[in-house]
Amino acid sequence: MRKKTGRSQYSLRQNLEGYSFIGLFVIGFLAFTVIPIVTSLIFSFTHYDILSPPKFVGLENYIQMFTGDHQFWVSFGVTLFYVIVSVPLRLAFALAVAMLLQKTTRLTTFYRAAYYLPTIIGSSIAISVVWRQMFSGDGVLNSIINKVFHTNISISWIGGEKTAIWTLIILAIWQYGSSMLIFLSGLKQIPKELYEAADIDGASRVHSFFRVTIPMLTPVVFFNVIMQLIQGFMTFTQSYVITQGMPMDKTLFITVYVYRNSFTFYKMGYGCAIAWFLLIFMAVVTALLFKSSHSWVFYQAEGGD
Amino acid sequence: MVRSKRKRIVSKIIYHAVCLLLCMVMLYPLMWMVFSSFKETSAVFTTAADLIPERWTLENYVNGWKGFLGISFGAFFTNSLIVTVLATLGAVFSSVIIAFGFARLKFFGSKVWFACMMLTMMLPFQVLMVPQYLLYNTIGWVGTYLPLIVPYFFGQGFFIFLDVQFIQGIPRELDEAARIDGCSTWGLFLRVILPLVVPALVTSGVFSFIWRWEDFLAPLLYLNRVPKYTMAVALKMFSDPTAQSDWGAMFAMSTLSLVPAFVIFAAFQKYLVEGIATSGLKG
Repeated sequence: MRKKTGRSQYSLRQNLEGYSFIGLFVIGFLAFTVIPIVTSLIFSFTHYDILSPPKFVGLENYIQMFTGDHQFWVSFGVTLFYVIVSVPLRLAFALAVAMLLQKTTRLTTFYRAAYYLPTIIGSSIAISVVWRQMFSGDGVLNSIINKVFHTNISISWIGGEKTAIWTLIILAIWQYGSSMLIFLSGLKQIPKELYEAADIDGASRVHSFFRVTIPMLTPVVFFNVIMQLIQGFMTFTQSYVITQGMPMDKTLFITVYVYRNSFTFYKMGYGCAIAWFLLIFMAVVTALLFKSSHSWVFYQAEGGD
Repeated sequence: MVRSKRKRIVSKIIYHAVCLLLCMVMLYPLMWMVFSSFKETSAVFTTAADLIPERWTLENYVNGWKGFLGISFGAFFTNSLIVTVLATLGAVFSSVIIAFGFARLKFFGSKVWFACMMLTMMLPFQVLMVPQYLLYNTIGWVGTYLPLIVPYFFGQGFFIFLDVQFIQGIPRELDEAARIDGCSTWGLFLRVILPLVVPALVTSGVFSFIWRWEDFLAPLLYLNRVPKYTMAVALKMFSDPTAQSDWGAMFAMSTLSLVPAFVIFAAFQKYLVEGIATSGLKG
């Protein structure tokens, strides 16, 4: 037996067996992730339009992006606004509805399915089509407002410079289902004794929500925030189909901007540069969140008995 | 006593009223789409505030089904089904094989690869979009279904993770018993573990089906000829404001496009709920 002596910690047989299972992943990871990500970095230092070979231009794409491209900053700002507004609102809704569903009744399964369904189908083209019609000038929203208040408005919410982004934010909030389910199972894992103890100590419901529920949920909240942030930055279909970035680029998400540069204008190198900026930005945000987590995420092992 | 009982009933009624109101808000856009698809095209917007059609008609489905450029939605439906089923089978089975390796076997580099797998779940597709396109372009895959199917045969992070969680919950005594009976590692996987992880496979299968069915960006990138279009891309073209604006037909085809995802959801929602809960919590 050759155990724990340097690198031959595992026998050849163990290694062969292990890689016979995960080999698929290794091949796929190299072919579809590592190679593209490395080439993407290389392309970001070139001008490339597919037809002629890539031309090395050094940092030009990045300099252009940061100093000469107003539209890039607009789309970055729009995406940031969308993420910063929609993620907390979505999580707040998710938590509120999860608290509502904590109580089990005969209808709980039905409610849960109804609240989760929009998440399942929300990023489909069908919903995009519906959304475009709901918030158009003669759409559902205006019709209902006009009927209830006897008014006669025909504002196009989709076409308004101030309102367009909010139709997409509402669509994002509408899809709180996954976070709701994760919160729901997080809530179920909070020991009942904690609430009983709080009750004996004379804590009000509001008090025990902020002193028991929220701290015990912070690990789940943390996980949710990270996943939702990533998802938010990656949103594509909604902006591409519903508003097409209009009006005046007020809903031009950065992913759509990458797509347009790469596949409409065939500025592949520039597209890669923006994509890399987005990647690094998201990595930094995630790293900062992880760093900050020590001060606000409550882990039972360190916090209790 | 009587008072507290009455109070309980009242609070029960309020609770269900709130829940049902929320259901209404959540499902209204969907109901509006479905009911509008049965309205006469001229009535879709003039009666937008009313949910139920005054006169029911199937005309929209007949008109919509004809599709565009001489290709019916039946063809797009079939295309979507082929891509979705193949990609799903690939993702489900490759993921569970990989997951077994991570969950049960010890070998050189397993921790590093596991970390890489977690990383793929967080990597934005947009970074890989351009080079992947160029890669497929070089090997002649653009315009075919291969880029939409083949990558899924190499495992998908979310499903690997889900399966690993599930396999770790299976007692190791079973492995040892199988080994004593002379099972090889692959035999152990195929005969002992695989039958036990069926619930996790169903969960991944359902998620994969819905995601692949609704996938828009990848087909938009790789399918350049109308006859090859999947439902999502076809519906996008069909609904473009520049094309004819037959709203009724548009809603009819939108409704149809959601039917497979909806049926799968209705049949397996328990698996979805559990899948989200387990994979989410232990992250």
